[in-house]
Amino acid sequence: MSAETAALTDRPGHLAGRFANWNVAIIALTVLVLIVAAASVDNFGTSQNFGFLVLDLLPIALVALPMTLVIVTGEIDLSVASTLGLSSALMGYLWNANQPIETIIPVCLLLGAVLGAVNGFFVTVLGLPSLAVTIGTLALYRGLAFVVLGDSAVADFPALYTDWVTGTIGGTSIPNVLIIVVILAIVFGVVLHATPVGRAVFAVGASEQAARFAGVRPGRLKFWLYVVSGLVAGLAGVLWTLRYSSARADNGAGLELAVVAAVLLGGVSIFGGKGALPGVIAGVVLLASLQNALRLSDVSNEALNVVTGVLLIASVLAPNLANAVRTAVQRRRHRTEPTSGSPSRKDLS
Amino acid sequence: MTAVGLPGVTARRSSLDVVLRARELGIVIALVLLVAVTAISNPRFLSGQSIRDILLGTAILAVLAVGQAVVVITRNIDLSVGSVLGLSAFTVGTLLRDNPGLPVVVALLVGAAVGGICGAANGVLVRYGNVPALVVTLGTLYVVRGITYFWAGGQQINADELPQGFLDFGNASLVSVPYLVLIALLVLVVTGLVLRNYRAGRELYAMGSSPQAAKLAGIAVGRRTVAAFLVSGALAGLAGVLFAARFGTIDAAAGTGYELNVVAAVVVGGVAVFGGSGSVWGAALGALLLTTIGSALAVLEINQFWQQAIVGGLILLAIGADRLVAARVAATLKKRGSHVS
Repeated sequence: MSAETAALTDRPGHLAGRFANWNVAIIALTVLVLIVAAASVDNFGTSQNFGFLVLDLLPIALVALPMTLVIVTGEIDLSVASTLGLSSALMGYLWNANQPIETIIPVCLLLGAVLGAVNGFFVTVLGLPSLAVTIGTLALYRGLAFVVLGDSAVADFPALYTDWVTGTIGGTSIPNVLIIVVILAIVFGVVLHATPVGRAVFAVGASEQAARFAGVRPGRLKFWLYVVSGLVAGLAGVLWTLRYSSARADNGAGLELAVVAAVLLGGVSIFGGKGALPGVIAGVVLLASLQNALRLSDVSNEALNVVTGVLLIASVLAPNLANAVRTAVQRRRHRTEPTSGSPSRKDLS
Repeated sequence: MTAVGLPGVTARRSSLDVVLRARELGIVIALVLLVAVTAISNPRFLSGQSIRDILLGTAILAVLAVGQAVVVITRNIDLSVGSVLGLSAFTVGTLLRDNPGLPVVVALLVGAAVGGICGAANGVLVRYGNVPALVVTLGTLYVVRGITYFWAGGQQINADELPQGFLDFGNASLVSVPYLVLIALLVLVVTGLVLRNYRAGRELYAMGSSPQAAKLAGIAVGRRTVAAFLVSGALAGLAGVLFAARFGTIDAAAGTGYELNVVAAVVVGGVAVFGGSGSVWGAALGALLLTTIGSALAVLEINQFWQQAIVGGLILLAIGADRLVAARVAATLKKRGSHVS
């Protein structure tokens, strides 16, 4: 099946076309959902709800940024939510040990980077499959979080910090933390789409061997992507703790699923090599606003799961089905004009 | 993945048995050491009740792990098993509450059917939708759990609402072997023999080793993929019935997070995540090891919170060791090959 998609994407015009299509489609769908929700759901359009919406999508959005790069290289990081939890647990532990918050926050970020480096080590140095490695560290990091903090919760972090995280900019209803997300989104967007690093990320995802011949070091690149992924997950842990003013070992449990769902919804291929950050941002907003709107309409959390799952499958199924239809149409066209036929594609499918 | 490719895998066959035996030997040694150390520090660990609890826990996990192994051998994964277990347990629980006269066999069949339908849906989406198994089963993990919650709402089925015959089935035993363990053994032996001795089973390994080669060799890859997911789903459904019989209390959250333990059991049991190697015996041993660890921690009075960390560490250790063995085998074969040419 990967051979088939690879054959299709060999043609550059088609690749660009497919991309633009999906990105435009997902952004349009997001806008549509926002408009329909604002028109039909009470309180959805209020500025107060906007603030909640942003705070809710904050952790997904943050973690989705590096996850996009990781998935584009053809790997995956399922340990992010556990990294978030361990970062939060360490924050509570150090706060209980009367450390100043100015020390704790950098230590938690460093912890995230180290946990990411452990993933990177297993994946790139030992060459183990990232799915298995990060399922392992998903359990390991979450377990360590419980070892560090048990099932207790640590609260009363300094008001200065918690107020900033839950506070808004000036008199508006835009949360302060949105600044962090926007800055990071711009940084990741520029790196992915406008720098040699970004091109290397796509090259590794498309073909690791070809990328190596082109002078990219896939191992080193992936290692640092895992470090960044861990670092951002650590930051998400700090912000999560400050937002709810509660450090708990089970903070963020299950978030990895939502993040992967949002990234794939945003049009990133799980096979690597394809994806764009604007689509991912739209995916995050779509997921979060759907959840928010349904929750406001008194739909249970559990029903939301069905929506998330269906969206996830549909987002990957839809382009495949469109491709299948397109291939069928083209094949028929080729059959009528034998001179322009491409036998290789026929063989591969 | 593709870099390892064909030559390494086909050539490995000659030493496959040796490698497998070594892998399973490792788990057995770990298990023996664990039991010995725990039993020395607290003899209560080897009491009848304690062993019974371990076996009952293992039975449920092993049934799931056997199904998961079948899927993983084909280079796929099924993350939805925990949710499928929950849906099946709740379905069977509701059915038995409303029809107390229903025989246990019907309950087992209904559970397996519910799971089989979920599994078939996974398989069809993976095969005909061209969607990777990771994405499909991540999606159905949400969907199936959501359906269960939707249906159950906040209600819970309690043991006193279930027919006594069904609860007896969960606790009674035949010649001091619990029924649940017998069912798990039956599933294990049948699946193990099919995988080992029958064409349908061998073809799953071929698909996992190299999907393209399998297709070229004329294997009905599509049908086999759907069949593998169907087996995994049906066994998850069966495990749901065992779960209901053992615990008697079922709510919509039954089996939440089980997928992690199941994948852990399979990986620790020596089934390679890139497909094509491993056995259901190993997966079942992995399930036994994980369940025993949980029990040993309690007996040794070690903080239960360590359990998850140990599971994670074991997964990393197991896939690391697996890689090491594979690399050594590949190196040996390469050396041998250079002599010939």
